[in-house]
Amino acid sequence: MLPKIIERDDLRAFVEALLADNVVVAPIRKGEKYVFSEVETFDEIALDYNISLLSPKKFFYPQIETVLKFKIGDRPESQAITEASPVIIFGIHPCDIAATWLLDEVFKEDPADPNYLEKRKKAVLIGLNCAQPCDEFSFCRDMGSYNVEEGFDLMLTDLGEKYFVEIGSKLGEEILVEGAHFRDATSGDLKDRQAYQEKKETNFVKRIPYDTKFLPEILEESYDSLVWDAIAKRCFSCGSCNIVCPTCYCFNVTDEVAASAAEGERKRVWDSCQLAEFTEVAGGEVFREERSSRLRHRFFRKGKWLLERYGKLGCVGCGRCDRNCLVKINSVEVYTQLAGEPVQ
Amino acid sequence: MTVEEKDRAAAIFKPETGRIVAARMLTETEKFFRVVLDHGGPLGHKPGQFVEVSIFGIGEAPISICSSPTQEDSFEMCVRNVGSVTNAMHQMGAGAEIGLRGPYGNGFDMEAMKGRDVLFVAGGLGMAPARGVIKYVLDKRHDFNIVTILYGAKNPSELLFKEDLEEWQARPDCDFHVTVDRPDDSWKGNTGVITTLFRNISNIDARNAWAVVVGPPVMYKYVILEALSIGIPESRILCSLERRMKCGVGKCGHCQISNVYVCKEGPVFTYSQIKRLREGI
Ligand SMILES: Cc1cc2nc3c(=O)[nH]c(=O)nc-3n(C[C@H](O)[C@H](O)[C@H](O)COP(=O)(O)OP(=O)(O)OC[C@H]3O[C@@H](n4cnc5c(N)ncnc54)[C@H](O)[C@@H]3O)c2cc1C
Ligand code: SF4
Ligand code: SF4
Ligand code: FES
Repeated sequence: MLPKIIERDDLRAFVEALLADNVVVAPIRKGEKYVFSEVETFDEIALDYNISLLSPKKFFYPQIETVLKFKIGDRPESQAITEASPVIIFGIHPCDIAATWLLDEVFKEDPADPNYLEKRKKAVLIGLNCAQPCDEFSFCRDMGSYNVEEGFDLMLTDLGEKYFVEIGSKLGEEILVEGAHFRDATSGDLKDRQAYQEKKETNFVKRIPYDTKFLPEILEESYDSLVWDAIAKRCFSCGSCNIVCPTCYCFNVTDEVAASAAEGERKRVWDSCQLAEFTEVAGGEVFREERSSRLRHRFFRKGKWLLERYGKLGCVGCGRCDRNCLVKINSVEVYTQLAGEPVQ
Repeated sequence: MTVEEKDRAAAIFKPETGRIVAARMLTETEKFFRVVLDHGGPLGHKPGQFVEVSIFGIGEAPISICSSPTQEDSFEMCVRNVGSVTNAMHQMGAGAEIGLRGPYGNGFDMEAMKGRDVLFVAGGLGMAPARGVIKYVLDKRHDFNIVTILYGAKNPSELLFKEDLEEWQARPDCDFHVTVDRPDDSWKGNTGVITTLFRNISNIDARNAWAVVVGPPVMYKYVILEALSIGIPESRILCSLERRMKCGVGKCGHCQISNVYVCKEGPVFTYSQIKRLREGI
């Protein structure tokens, strides 16, 4: 589908048209940070946000989600819950779009997960391109997620007085009609988009001292490296890195019983592989007892195992894990050190 | 998604129900359950698969099926009381209803074992999953060659399925040996760890045999070493691994070892696979 243009001044009208009869979530300012949250007005949206605390993953895969309702008693009964309501996610950045590629693969794999897939199907993704990296923590260029060609319904690129609009799906095309402020992109617009891209390519620099296509090999050779122990010395195993990650998907399952004690709900809740209990079995065995083995597990998942399993890297280089680590464990530094290179 | 796909998908966390038709204590901590599914049909499992038992309000626990699929009208489980779900099960008797998801996991490839010698090595609660395979092999005895069973427990009071053990002991067409680590006064049999039973193995054609090894995590290394040293090829040493499991369907990540999910690609792995998994045993 050919790209479109919307004038800067018309964006408000377009978003307001969307707001009129849809639930729209978008980045908003919260203190010093940004979060994705439901918005009522165009002015709430922080179009110039760098990165949100949590990624919009939470709209397809909530931190706590009811998957079953049950009745307790002599005749126990249950009902599967797959609630999903339509939502427009406005302003999602390329790395967070790339993160959905992996999650889609995981939850599509047989047996498919309706709780995720139904929500995903009902979500419209309106992307917002980034002209420069969020901050010093971003390594999306290394992970190849700073540009995305698919996975969105619309992708907006800010070209100053106008937005360049790429259409990624039939759904995206249908939404455009709603605003009706769009015109076809001309060759002049395409040139402007090209110029934006050239600038963008110089703004985003690689930070890992090798091509990440070698990551699986570097990790493979580093399995027994003392680097894991060295870095794990300062790790608290707090699990914050997992909780903020747009590609982490591990969960726990817990039951909650209503006050009546006659019924309740089974919930799945985000979990963290950095906690020792994550692998504990009856008898007291913990399969990744050492902190370093848990840290290694996280990096191997990101850079090797999920790639082997799903064909997608488990990391998009958004830097959230590093930004939120109390002890400043830093992915770029880990990947650098593993290759025997000095950390900058 | 087609309608069937949708049904199956919706079923990830949705248990079916079954009724406990028989329950009794096997030891002080292990209880035996026979269950009939409310839909009336068989569970349709392969030996070595497991179910997620669901007790609403408490949670779920992965439990091996300890009966053979040749027994179609019901299936059996042996549950050690270690925590919330297993304790709740221990409070239940015949007539109680439980939730069940599964069967899950790959199970043992019984076709591949046909016509070969089969050596079972079960330690402790590992006898639960092993029993399902042993029963299958003994029910289809003519399909297999020499059958040897080695079983080890900490002490005589922890031995599971005593009636089965007596039957296996008596059967001329299976070579059964049992040992305990700590004998009591009444114990007249072998003592020592399970690997000491390997010297009782006779006549098996190791190069063509399969070994089925199930036990606590500490057991694997020692038993695999023995199996290799009598000449069983690593691709025919099968181990059933235990991991923490929360979903049983390859999503929750708890059971992951390297790039595999034990609940899905396992719990049965050959030693050739396990040695590449590194954190396997
Ligand atoms: C494939 C497989 C087959 C199994 N087969 C049997 C069997 O035939 N009989 C049997 O008695 N037990 C079996 N187990 C172990 C059984 O699943 C656990 O003992 C049970 O989940 C504990 O649940 P709980 O709610 O009673 O304990 P909890 O109160 O949850 O915890 C008690 C202890 O159990 C551990 N644990 C909790 N959840 C799990 C889990 N999902 N998987 C493993 N350990 C866990 C905890 O770390 C803790 O140490 C099997 C486990 C697996 C993975
Ligand atoms: S956020 Fe940092 S300290 Fe916490 S578990 Fe992750 S790496 Fe360790
Ligand atoms: S591992 Fe860190 S940098 Fe990579 S996607 Fe997760 S949070 Fe972002
Ligand atoms: S138990 Fe959830 S992935 Fe295996």
